[in-house]
Amino acid sequence: MTDVASPGPDPRSAIYVRGTFVPPAPPPGSIVGPLGWSRRHLFSSPANIAVTIFTILLLAWAVPPMLDWLIFNAVWTGENREACLAPEGGKVGACWAFIQAKFGQILYGRYPLDQRWRVDLVAVLFVAGLVPLAIPRVPFKRQNAVLMLTAFPVAAYFLLYGGLGLPVVETALWGGLLVTLVVAVTGIVASLPLGILLALGRRSKLPIVKLVSVVFIEFWRGVPLITVLFMASVMLPLFLPSGVNFDKLLRALIGVALFSAAYMAETIRGGLQAIPKGQYEAAAAMGLGYWQSMRLIILPQALKIVIPGIVNSFISLFKDTSLVLIIGLFDVLGIIQLNFSDANWSAPNVPATGFIFAALVFWIFCFGMSRYSQYMERRLDTGHSRH
Amino acid sequence: MIVTSVAGASAATLDDVKAKGFVQCGVNAAGLQGFASPDDKGEWSGFDVDICRAVAAAVFADPTKVKFTPLTAKERFTALQSGEIDLLARNSTWTMSRDTQLGIVFTGVNYYDGQGFMAKKSLGVSSAKELSGASICVQSGTTTELNLADWFRANNLQFNPVVFEKQEEADAAYDSGRCDAYTTDASGLYSIRLKLANPDEHVVLPEIISKEPLGPAVRQGDDQWALIVKWALFAMVNAEELGVTQANVDELKASSANPEVKRLLGLDGDFGKSIGLAPEWAANVIKAVGNYGESFERNVGQGSPLKIARGLNDLWSKGGIQYAPPIR
Repeated sequence: MTDVASPGPDPRSAIYVRGTFVPPAPPPGSIVGPLGWSRRHLFSSPANIAVTIFTILLLAWAVPPMLDWLIFNAVWTGENREACLAPEGGKVGACWAFIQAKFGQILYGRYPLDQRWRVDLVAVLFVAGLVPLAIPRVPFKRQNAVLMLTAFPVAAYFLLYGGLGLPVVETALWGGLLVTLVVAVTGIVASLPLGILLALGRRSKLPIVKLVSVVFIEFWRGVPLITVLFMASVMLPLFLPSGVNFDKLLRALIGVALFSAAYMAETIRGGLQAIPKGQYEAAAAMGLGYWQSMRLIILPQALKIVIPGIVNSFISLFKDTSLVLIIGLFDVLGIIQLNFSDANWSAPNVPATGFIFAALVFWIFCFGMSRYSQYMERRLDTGHSRH
Repeated sequence: MIVTSVAGASAATLDDVKAKGFVQCGVNAAGLQGFASPDDKGEWSGFDVDICRAVAAAVFADPTKVKFTPLTAKERFTALQSGEIDLLARNSTWTMSRDTQLGIVFTGVNYYDGQGFMAKKSLGVSSAKELSGASICVQSGTTTELNLADWFRANNLQFNPVVFEKQEEADAAYDSGRCDAYTTDASGLYSIRLKLANPDEHVVLPEIISKEPLGPAVRQGDDQWALIVKWALFAMVNAEELGVTQANVDELKASSANPEVKRLLGLDGDFGKSIGLAPEWAANVIKAVGNYGESFERNVGQGSPLKIARGLNDLWSKGGIQYAPPIR
């Protein structure tokens, strides 16, 4: 190769050997850069051109008025409805001043003002416990999980409800995001282990365990959540002796947990059925007992497969929390709707503003859960899935 | 089940209330403008809420000793029957079936409501009888729809109902000009007017075509408690009649020579004792929520964005039908 690389051709030879590589020519301008990208993705065929143009027109038609309403014409500050009324002959957008005035209620409901630090503290503890648990690199996962499942609920109970020297704040005063998160988190945390047990029970060879699991799952899957909550709030008081009052929030929590456990059980059963029989047999051949093989071999694989299903259940549970409205508990949506009845904030644009804000709150939480589940799927992907 | 729980709850409510230290009061879970709604701080306020506070003031001399249970329309009577609440002040219409068949008893009428009409000013009508041939927005499946048909038939008028499943839909349709007029309970008309894009272009017509007496209710079988709730409202009405207000109640208590005022404020006779309360029970009610007129104006009248006229709810001596038996 040194001969070839020698500078210049030999003048005595007719053979011309190029000493360096020809530098690659840049690709034609029509297939790179923004132009190439849009040609490939937006204008590759007459049909695509039509769809692209239609979509651009649709956005041009819809987005500017939306931004006008949401931002440019919106009322950001004000004391009462007067601020949110359209000026004479003018237009007015969203009434964010309403959200601002009711923001405390949207977060805490009617939780007493001077006690709200307790809710804040629980939120801080929750985030401090959850974030290290959610980031894979952070060590002490087991200890952290045990703390979150034992110490945190106890601390949260005493902080939110009271006792141990703190004044009691009845659950009737709780509301807003507090209620949404308490119901959703309790439902999520209780439904996963319950669901696993029920799924295993349904596939068990023990007839009574199997029967109980099947009956439980089919009963709770067969009734609408709204019926469960309604029964819990309207019928239960009639069956209890007079004067015995079963906390409404507790009723809702139990109802939601049992209800979502039934759905969770069926999701997990799907995962269990997807594990090839060979895995069960291999576990048995290793000399593992039932619980060992479930814990070490089957469930880790089954749960991984059904992550999308599990998160789907979590998200729908999170959104179902709004149904507690029918038993007189006010979640984010409920407290916003309730405040529509405040005559001081009665203006044409207030309901729309409130609903949009509620949608935004729900979307943030559900989108967060969805993204995290996709991240976990990628992380736990061991090459079994078909791409 | 209903029977046993009612029997169980017939024990003296006043003693229970005193023992637990607060009145448990059922209010509208959906909120109703002017009647029960949370303010910016999240405290309940409104005309119905004032009844709860008045009873708390009568019993404890402290209007804050009340806890609110937000109730839906379906839950409200069960909650009262089962003893979950002591008092229901949730814009409930007093009807014979409710009074007789549900194990509850209405103690009075704090608001005489009735179905009314709202129309566009541009129509130029000043009476519902001029609405012949008009299209009218109404919510379906309610007594409102039936009352509307009855009234137009009785008056030999033509009309064109535009029916909606939900109140919000009917509101929006009226606002967008689908109908010439809108009908619902009169108190509702005023609150809907606030949500219209141009409230000044609409007018509430004077005709009221149905009777909707709204009032507080308690469980059957506890006469003492029913009397307390009944007379808390009567005390407010009597106070208005006698000119006793939140501002001057202490002054009148010290100086008034009017025997009626003296009886009301507990300086004469032992009317408080006869219902198990302190002698100044009525003075405490007035100090807490004001007299009937003050509570009305503050929550739904001129002092509120609703600006509902007194109308039927004015005192009998001023052309209304609010009338309280005398304290003597």
